[in-house]
Amino acid sequence: MAQPVALDTLHATGPTTSPIRSHSELTAEVLHELVQHLRQNRTQLREEWARRITEARLLTAMTKEEIFAEATSVYDNYVEALATGTFEALQAYSRNLSERIIPRGVETHEVVGIVLLLRDVLARSLFSKYQADFTKLDRILDAYEPAANRIANTVAVGFVQERERVIRQQQEAIRELSTPVLQVRERLLILPIIGVIDPQRARQLTEQLLRGIRTNRAKVVVIDITGVAAMDASVANHLVQTVEASRLLGATVIVTGLSPEIAQTLVNIGVDLGKMNTVGDLQGGIEQAERLLGYKVIPQNEAN
Amino acid sequence: MEKSLGVVENEICVLIATDQDVVAARQQGRAIALQLGFSASDSTLLATAISELARNIVTYAGHGEICFRVTQNSGRPSITVTARDSGPGIASIEQAMRDGYSTSGSLGMGLPGVRRLVDEFEITSVVGRGTTVTVRKWKS
Amino acid sequence: MEVPILKQGEILIATVQAALTDSDLLQLRRALVEKVAKARARAIIIDLTAMDVMDSFASRTMREVAHMIRLRGAETVIVGIQPDVAFAMVQLGLTMGGVTTALDLEEGLEYLHRKFRTIL
Repeated sequence: MAQPVALDTLHATGPTTSPIRSHSELTAEVLHELVQHLRQNRTQLREEWARRITEARLLTAMTKEEIFAEATSVYDNYVEALATGTFEALQAYSRNLSERIIPRGVETHEVVGIVLLLRDVLARSLFSKYQADFTKLDRILDAYEPAANRIANTVAVGFVQERERVIRQQQEAIRELSTPVLQVRERLLILPIIGVIDPQRARQLTEQLLRGIRTNRAKVVVIDITGVAAMDASVANHLVQTVEASRLLGATVIVTGLSPEIAQTLVNIGVDLGKMNTVGDLQGGIEQAERLLGYKVIPQNEAN
Repeated sequence: MEKSLGVVENEICVLIATDQDVVAARQQGRAIALQLGFSASDSTLLATAISELARNIVTYAGHGEICFRVTQNSGRPSITVTARDSGPGIASIEQAMRDGYSTSGSLGMGLPGVRRLVDEFEITSVVGRGTTVTVRKWKS
Repeated sequence: MEVPILKQGEILIATVQAALTDSDLLQLRRALVEKVAKARARAIIIDLTAMDVMDSFASRTMREVAHMIRLRGAETVIVGIQPDVAFAMVQLGLTMGGVTTALDLEEGLEYLHRKFRTIL
């Protein structure tokens, strides 16, 4: 024969006249066989697995019934992935599963743990079935191991991604709550900026303010920066952008709480403070806003 | 006039030669973004970036193409927009990327501004051969 | 696509539809400058409520319109810029320069009526 002989055919136990088959063909055959085994022994393997999960004290946040229900679908999806060799369905299932169990408080190490336990339970089962035939066992494991590892990876990664998504959502919600745009009077909005401003928060502040201007038909906005933790060039830029964007919506902006240091930073980045409407403190800013809006301003000591 | 949309692999491309194509390209971008669930705000940012990139193609190269590719790994979708032309190219990218956009807004190609609108920005250009700008926006 | 321009007293109101191409914008500029003279208008309002994207060309053209209108002794008020569009504009570094802006048509008209009252 002129053709080179593929290594894996050396393992073939059939007669030498059998046709040379590709590595992937053999793997597919082997996988099919072990999938049959895993399906046939579904019930006891699943029970074994559930037992080991409890033993390892994983999924303590869930009841026995819940663990069993999830175990069943995980098992089936696991075996399905082995059978088809494709992982998209598993990926989707993993995210789905994660969506369900993350609110229950299940953590990453638990998910990784149970998948690895399943991998072990199934591997052991393969060992006991094929222990009499090492060559066969070898081939079985050759097919099983990479697939099982890929499955463990897929499920774990799916879980982590879902977790990250949830965390991002929660952070977004927190940011929304902590950036109040206050309507003090008709057509007057106040935006007190407090704390640390990262680019994402700055963006959210601006978006909320602009939406607020439109909804409340605000003509004057007072942005108070007294409580801003640190004013660097990037935050200063965001402030300038917010002022300009508000103007595009027809609102006049008064910036209050400008310390000499912050004023310097603004000048350094090229802001023409003469063009920016600034007032010392929030109270003064509100009074000026009211004047702009045509309200008569009565100083405190003159009232009554 | 029918707009030609070529579909190559997982890319959708819009040929850019007229000012109508500029509008078509940005509307396509916005549509894709909204379909993927991007916020209205992010969709507008992306559409604006596309408008600028498409306009640069028409202004400096005469014609080119804008291609869209969607990636969905890690469950977080992103849109990659590639603006390609075989125009004169940019002599100094460094200069183009410097903020020469004064308040009159009429200087330069607006590339620093485009960069602010997106999450990832990449530009390659060879004088005499052409320019490729690739930008990417993630769903937040 | 032609932008409809209506006359309300001494004010011209141009209501932009979405998706204006560069040529549409130039046509609008031409039309406004022409009509201001013909109608002896004192001001124009350009309503950008339906404008989904304002890029560098659009904002420059608006400023040019205002400049040319001013040369004919009339005032320009730009109204209706959407929050998302305004945000994109400032990210891109675009401003309306010295052009007056108002929230919407109602605000724009109110601004002009107040202004004309005081001029008289």
